[in-house]
Amino acid sequence: MPHVATIVVSILFDGLAYAMFLFITSVGLSVTMGLMGFVNLAHGAFAMCGGFFVVSLTRSLGVPFVPSLVIAATAVGFISIPFERYLYRQLYKSTDLEQVLLTIGLAFMSIATFTYFYGPIPKSVPLPDWLEGHINLGFRAFPSYRAFLIVVGAGLIAVLWYAFERTNIGAKIRAAVDNRRMAESVGINVDRLFTLTFALGSGLAALGGGLAIQLFGLTPSFAVLYLVLFLIVVAVGGLGSLKGTLLAALVIGIIDTGGKYAFPVAGNLFIYAITVVVLLIRPAGFYGRE
Amino acid sequence: MKIFRWLGLAALALTVGGTAQAATIKIGVVLPFSGPNADLGHQIDKAFDLYVKLHAKDIAPHKVQIIKRDEGPPTGAVAKTAATELITNDKVKLLTGFVFSPSAIALAPVINKAKVPMVIANAGTAWITKLSPYYVRLSFSMWHPAYPMGLYAAKTLGCKTAAVAYTDFPPGKDSVLAFKTAFEKTGGKEVLSIPMGSPAQVPDFTPFMQRVKDAHPDCLYAFIPSGAHATGLMKAYGEVGLKKAGIKLIGPMDLVPDNKLQDMGDAAIGTIVMSHYAVDLDNAANKAFVAAWHKEYGANSYPDFMSSQGWDTMHAIFDTIKKLKGNLSNPTKVIAALEGWSTNGPRGHVMIDPKTRDIVQDERAMEVYRKPDGMLGVKVIGTTKAVKDECKILGIGRCK
Repeated sequence: MPHVATIVVSILFDGLAYAMFLFITSVGLSVTMGLMGFVNLAHGAFAMCGGFFVVSLTRSLGVPFVPSLVIAATAVGFISIPFERYLYRQLYKSTDLEQVLLTIGLAFMSIATFTYFYGPIPKSVPLPDWLEGHINLGFRAFPSYRAFLIVVGAGLIAVLWYAFERTNIGAKIRAAVDNRRMAESVGINVDRLFTLTFALGSGLAALGGGLAIQLFGLTPSFAVLYLVLFLIVVAVGGLGSLKGTLLAALVIGIIDTGGKYAFPVAGNLFIYAITVVVLLIRPAGFYGRE
Repeated sequence: MKIFRWLGLAALALTVGGTAQAATIKIGVVLPFSGPNADLGHQIDKAFDLYVKLHAKDIAPHKVQIIKRDEGPPTGAVAKTAATELITNDKVKLLTGFVFSPSAIALAPVINKAKVPMVIANAGTAWITKLSPYYVRLSFSMWHPAYPMGLYAAKTLGCKTAAVAYTDFPPGKDSVLAFKTAFEKTGGKEVLSIPMGSPAQVPDFTPFMQRVKDAHPDCLYAFIPSGAHATGLMKAYGEVGLKKAGIKLIGPMDLVPDNKLQDMGDAAIGTIVMSHYAVDLDNAANKAFVAAWHKEYGANSYPDFMSSQGWDTMHAIFDTIKKLKGNLSNPTKVIAALEGWSTNGPRGHVMIDPKTRDIVQDERAMEVYRKPDGMLGVKVIGTTKAVKDECKILGIGRCK
């Protein structure tokens, strides 16, 4: 048995990588729910769609992995725009139930569509050599892919933070989340803002989907299989909060990884325990508004 | 008036008896056609369809009508509803399919009441055949591969210590118990046992593999359902560096299903699995089976161990129809016809043990290697002949 400190570092590392995946995939969901108050259960479908784009790009067209991720995320971002414009928009003023029915329906339809074209067998992607190896830090070797996840996650956090906190458009989004009517009355085009953030969120989901292939393998049912996990991250973090989503992803990612390592018998208990405790103390999540 | 009604019924009964010459036999097929495990259903379903297509003439003048239903997720609830509807609405004479153990477990009370024979084409929890006298299993018990694997690991592979890791549902527990029983009987020691989440969702396997790496056993015996889990486990096994650390990955065939093997990469090389089937198996029946499969489904489609079970299952059902001359109305006779049935199928010689209604078959230790053409393949490195379900022989737990 290695030293306890080594184990702790290893859990933190693996947990951090897992947390970055959770953050990237969930942040779009959080923003759409916070900004538009829209329950988008088709979020996982956009992630799955991105994953399959990456599979097609790498396997059929021979595009390297990293450019494929960028292309898939951009493509899905654009594809999501007509969905927002022509389907989602109809239901912004409707009840949660109607929104849930529309979006879960979309998710199921996407599963059927992708099963038709790609089949139900799990897909994987060819990774470049530098992502398949290990990074040896002397006391322990870490898988390069996990390190890559952490780097991508950290980069995205920096970019998103800058965009949200330091740019004009970020200020508008924050204003619209805080008080939509006030934002509209000072002349912010909230409709366009919606479209923009929706596309951004879907694009990020697609990136998450592409990154997830190596972790879970990709099947069309990815669209709903991990949805509960993403919703938990969003609920624990607080709707619409970047900081909250990040904190929730970190807490869930690291504690779940540690729990699985130390007490595998407990299964998913840790994730649900965190959720229950956080929501009991703060019903709106870490940084949500009551 | 009453007498006329009785006469009418008698006449009707005679007519029905008379036309039984050329019967259309309804068979209900319950397999997962949706969700992450849908490809398991397709692997068996394709074998069913292929057998029916190629052998329809064998049972002439009788015909079979196959009615397919979705088995749903591995919880048993959807399968139970589907099978109940097949029995009550469609009046099927026989049920087959069933990939997941929970389905067969949940269905037992229904089958016992309806007395409809059920030929299990996969579900491998050992004690399932104990649940109903109308269950016949053509696939395997988890003990079929796991018990010989335990012996093989300790004796031939030289594993002194082993960790076991399994997906936390009945067949997973069954498989690791079988392995442990044989492994510790032969002087090995199990040092770690890790449940790895539910079969419904592929977990992040990294922390589990990390834990195994830190315990540093000689071998890791892993059981996961033969679907999306297999790829995920293999990735984590390679990524965390267990292979580099010299921890040998062993288990049932589910670890390296034929149709996912090519995607698994170098991490899979050297994995040793115990199974009754591999596409490359060298026997006449298998060569014909694989050739027919390619002809029907294309050169890139391969049968796997589940397909071999599906093929033999339909073969047994057809032989029963022949033997009973198309009259499957008496369930006891159907079961009696299946007991002792044997054939030389794609997986070699198989037989239904009349005592347990479970399969008797050869188990082969197989190693994953890179073939000269660059593809991954498996080669047989050892065979255990005519393996019976050891769980029922030893009478362990619910197998008593």
